[in-house]
Amino acid sequence: MNHDTYDDNYIRSILNSVKSIAMVGASPVNVRPSYFAFKYLAQRGYDMIPVNPGHVGKQLLDKPFVASLSDIGRPVDMIDIFRSSSHIMPVVDEALTLSPLPKVIWMQLGARDDAAAEKAEAAGIKVVMNRCPKIECGRLSSEISWMGVNSRTLSSKRAPIPTQGMRLSLNRMSVGGAATAASDRAAKNKGEPT
Amino acid sequence: MTDRLPGFSTLAVHAGAQPDPTTGARVTPIYQTTSFVFNDADHAASLFGLQAFGNIYTRIGNPTTAVLEERMAALEGGTAALAVASGHAAQVVVLQQLLMPGDEFIAARKLYGGSINQFTHAFKSFGWNVAWADPDDIGSFERAVTPRTKAIFIESIANPAGSITDIEAIAEVARKAGVPLIVDNTLATPYLIRPIDHGADIVVHSLTKFLGGHGNSLGGIIVDAGTFDWSKDNKYPMLNEPRPEYHGIRIQETFGNFAFAIACRVLGLRDLGPALSPFNAFMILTGIETLPLRMQKHCENAKAVAEFLAGHPAVASVNYAGLASDRYNKLARKYAPKGAGAVFTFSLRGGYDAGVSLVSNLKLFSHLANVGDTRSLVIHPASTTHSQLDDDAKVRSGAGPDVVRLSIGIEDKEDLIADLEQALT
Ligand SMILES: Cc1ncc(COP(=O)(O)O)c(C=O)c1O
Repeated sequence: MNHDTYDDNYIRSILNSVKSIAMVGASPVNVRPSYFAFKYLAQRGYDMIPVNPGHVGKQLLDKPFVASLSDIGRPVDMIDIFRSSSHIMPVVDEALTLSPLPKVIWMQLGARDDAAAEKAEAAGIKVVMNRCPKIECGRLSSEISWMGVNSRTLSSKRAPIPTQGMRLSLNRMSVGGAATAASDRAAKNKGEPT
Repeated sequence: MTDRLPGFSTLAVHAGAQPDPTTGARVTPIYQTTSFVFNDADHAASLFGLQAFGNIYTRIGNPTTAVLEERMAALEGGTAALAVASGHAAQVVVLQQLLMPGDEFIAARKLYGGSINQFTHAFKSFGWNVAWADPDDIGSFERAVTPRTKAIFIESIANPAGSITDIEAIAEVARKAGVPLIVDNTLATPYLIRPIDHGADIVVHSLTKFLGGHGNSLGGIIVDAGTFDWSKDNKYPMLNEPRPEYHGIRIQETFGNFAFAIACRVLGLRDLGPALSPFNAFMILTGIETLPLRMQKHCENAKAVAEFLAGHPAVASVNYAGLASDRYNKLARKYAPKGAGAVFTFSLRGGYDAGVSLVSNLKLFSHLANVGDTRSLVIHPASTTHSQLDDDAKVRSGAGPDVVRLSIGIEDKEDLIADLEQALT
């Protein structure tokens, strides 16, 4: 499948269906993006598991760190990989040894490994690359537009006031269009010599 | 199933807005408050640390203003936007993220006179140096690029003469130079031209003009296209280096393709302070709902008035890109097929004196220093908006002594033509 751009429905169906998320590379340092994303997803009702061999014995927002995916000891719906592109493949290989397999492998903003994605997809796992689940969840629920971000969605329904642990509806009407075209252009420009 | 994508007019009414969560109010309420309570200490800390979405203080963000921001991002096809107090404030905030003292940017010579002043004088004291280029000679942009060049700035439709800029050609120069292209899209509005579709990386507006549209509120906006890679060559430390004021966060790494808009908010607006009033945001939002309808009428009236003037014996020349004979007509057909805007200039055979007497004889046109109002407006740029330029720069920016600028409103065009006719005789 094409991983340059994603249809909102694809991202929406993933974020609507997964319940547990193992975050590989989660950091207990509160200025790291992985920390923000972990905290936000926990607040939005996802069952979060921090995976980082460097922090075993510690907790991230009351959840104990585990050293590796195999140490989780229970099924997980999604693996969110907070590692740079060159460290993706070993994590995907380990994910493919889990039973049952995770339903989704998600690689963070800036991370992309097409070969690893192909391997996971061959095993029936959905893949998202170079996106942040916090941003996508905030965007599709429109919560992110408090910061002037284009959610690329519309709704004529009254929104609830978010509270701790509340899952927000992601089922707004998608606008799509140029914002996607602009990110296409950015991806294309990146590959070209200047 | 792929999503059905709504059109421009639907976005102009709906994007960014939804019924108020607390009251169900359908129109976006005016949240006229300086500050917002925190749920607890942890919530406050995560908002201040940029870790959570939410409101703190109206200098940094406001829910009424946020609706305006998302609506403009949607209309321009950008990833995010930041509203500020005026078009000029938008320009300062954008360049503050891109330039360090001693750096340069290239700007088109044909610009709003106030922007020429801002770039030449105010920015000089910040150590930001402007190099001027001629939008009718793309090579002059290429030749102006140096290792210290950090951005290129143009207007899509240039004030005052309504000339059309070849955005794609200049975008290509910017791409080769590895710098972002900033387009001031004030006179076109996204209804006529969407610069991001033609290669712009950042779009700015004076919302004071056609977007607000009723001459009642100042405002400005910055739209991030999400297209520029700020980490390349480490040329943009504001976006790419750990920010000491936010415990070492790197803006690009954390915010991805809307990092520029966030930098403008948390490093620009927060610290420089030109916040838009929520009341003005409300007025401008109401204006934007009718933008497509108004722009159609503005353009239809402008074309009729330009055609009338072109046939009048007292008129020496008309600069309106919507006229088939105009030198910018080809660019207008490419970039602005729905209409060439409603701000243009003409010159009178009688020169400066004829211009002064025309302005005083008009009864419906208002003599004032603005454009993009529902009302038709007239001004003599050489003695007002462009008066601080030297004679040479006046002529080069399209504001010579014999030039009169019109901003055509949405009245009945027959009345506008009759007013000009009586004033010219
Ligand atoms: C093209 C253009 N850009 C910027 C500005 C400055 O905007 P503001 O007056 O909102 O600061 C103007 C105002 O006339 C303008 O016409």
